[in-house]
Amino acid sequence: MTLLSTRQLSKSFGGLQALRNVDFDLERGRIRALIGPNGAGKSTFVGAVCGRFRVTSGNVIFNGNDITRLPAHHRIGLGIAYSFQITSVFDRLTVHENVALGVRRHLKANQERVNKQVCAALDKTGLRNRADQLAGDLSYGHQRLLEIAMGLGQNPQLFIMDEPTQGLAESEVDAFQDLLQTLCQETTILLIEHNMKVVMDCADDITVLNFGEVLAEGPPAKIQKNEKVQHAYFGTQT
Amino acid sequence: MTVREGLLHFVLLGILVLLFFVVSDYHDGNWARIMVLAVYAVGYNLLFGYTGLLSLGHALFFATGMYGLALPIQHLGFAPVPAFLSALVCAAVVSSAVGFLALRTSGVAFMIVTLMFAQAGFLLSLYAGRYTRGDEGFVIPQSARIIAGIDFSDPTIRYFAAFFVFAAAYLLIAWLIRTPFGKCLVAIRENEDRARMLGYDVHFHKLVAVILSGTVSGAAGAAYAFLFGYAGATFASVQYSILPLLWVLLGGAGTTIGPLIGTAFAFYLIDFSSDLTTAHLLVVGLAIVLLTLFAPLGLAGEVRKRIVGWLP
Repeated sequence: MTLLSTRQLSKSFGGLQALRNVDFDLERGRIRALIGPNGAGKSTFVGAVCGRFRVTSGNVIFNGNDITRLPAHHRIGLGIAYSFQITSVFDRLTVHENVALGVRRHLKANQERVNKQVCAALDKTGLRNRADQLAGDLSYGHQRLLEIAMGLGQNPQLFIMDEPTQGLAESEVDAFQDLLQTLCQETTILLIEHNMKVVMDCADDITVLNFGEVLAEGPPAKIQKNEKVQHAYFGTQT
Repeated sequence: MTVREGLLHFVLLGILVLLFFVVSDYHDGNWARIMVLAVYAVGYNLLFGYTGLLSLGHALFFATGMYGLALPIQHLGFAPVPAFLSALVCAAVVSSAVGFLALRTSGVAFMIVTLMFAQAGFLLSLYAGRYTRGDEGFVIPQSARIIAGIDFSDPTIRYFAAFFVFAAAYLLIAWLIRTPFGKCLVAIRENEDRARMLGYDVHFHKLVAVILSGTVSGAAGAAYAFLFGYAGATFASVQYSILPLLWVLLGGAGTTIGPLIGTAFAFYLIDFSSDLTTAHLLVVGLAIVLLTLFAPLGLAGEVRKRIVGWLP
């Protein structure tokens, strides 16, 4: 069943067309990677899905409902979680409170249930024993994990991760891959990622963007062999 | 609310009650004034300290409360209680309007827009001099400051009335910041974009914060006019927009006890230094420079950072 679709989605920033008529469908329960060279429109695409800005034209459909005109907070409320490309946690709040903010938004004031869900999210990301630390005091890798925990706390139907492994050490990337495998049982994941090992190992399907357009789409093995993709990435002449 | 926080609030309010019996009449009068002005600072702190919105126009809300009470008493013969309610309604309406318009901006623009609204309010109070008597202001007669036979111009009554208004505002904010709503305000202060992407309606939360902050400030203005029997345009001037910012910065922005500490500190700093020299503002200025250098988080803010981490 389709969870997220876009139809003819376009976005221009002044004279720059960042997205051009993007048609996209994401099935529930899958891990979809979104790849493409720098400036291909990946972050713009997920920004448009989350409502971080207005699109120029086209539609975003989530769970069968057109959400193109909804403000960002409303879309998040429908079950979309978003983790930032540049780590964006609440530095001066505790790790626990960072996650609790996301949990509380949908569970309201039920303190006991909030705590339970916060702990569950911290357990999954291995941050439980750091719950009382200030988020700003965490190492970079742990802050990236906290971003994930904040998303998990929201119990999302769709979890959008913008370059979650950026700046992580290799061992941390391995741990992240394991985490991703457990998450995909609970939620649908849309992953922007530059680390090809992560993409090839984890993604069920890949969408390649280039110059704001969908260049190719399919399972990892197929994408790897796609000549247009190779050309976009390596500039190889075919 | 945790036990130790509850205890802190209880002890703080207890000290204010005891203070009345310990210090001289002169200081009783000072503290009545400090507590009412601290209500203003408490209101300001909600917006600046907890929500991270720097307004330079809170004198508008303070003066709206002041005139919202004083004008109906003076010209329409209102009794004190309905006049106080009128002050709250006026402050809520004015802060809603200002919030609705000013929140279309952010950062420096927000400061300037709020400042301009406050200046417009100040000029309006001069323009309507026929009713407000402008800078000169007007006195609310003692006969109009009696509720159920209790004379609020009496120093003892005035002290405890000021205490109750302060306690109400203080506990309201102490409670509010522990609710999910209050925690969201802190999240907005810390990282607005993140709060939005966690699904919070940032604009709505900010608007409610402006309205609450403005209404509490208005309540302070109304209490000031009623307890000290005077309303004048000076309280609408830019100076009265800067003062709560100063008090909150001195006391510790984003702490519950900071506004009271900052207000009392600034009040007595002026009180003592004007005994020493006519250039008392020089002393005040120096104190502010020193605090900014050595305690940038304000008095309570530094205490929280260095000693008592759990300070609300």
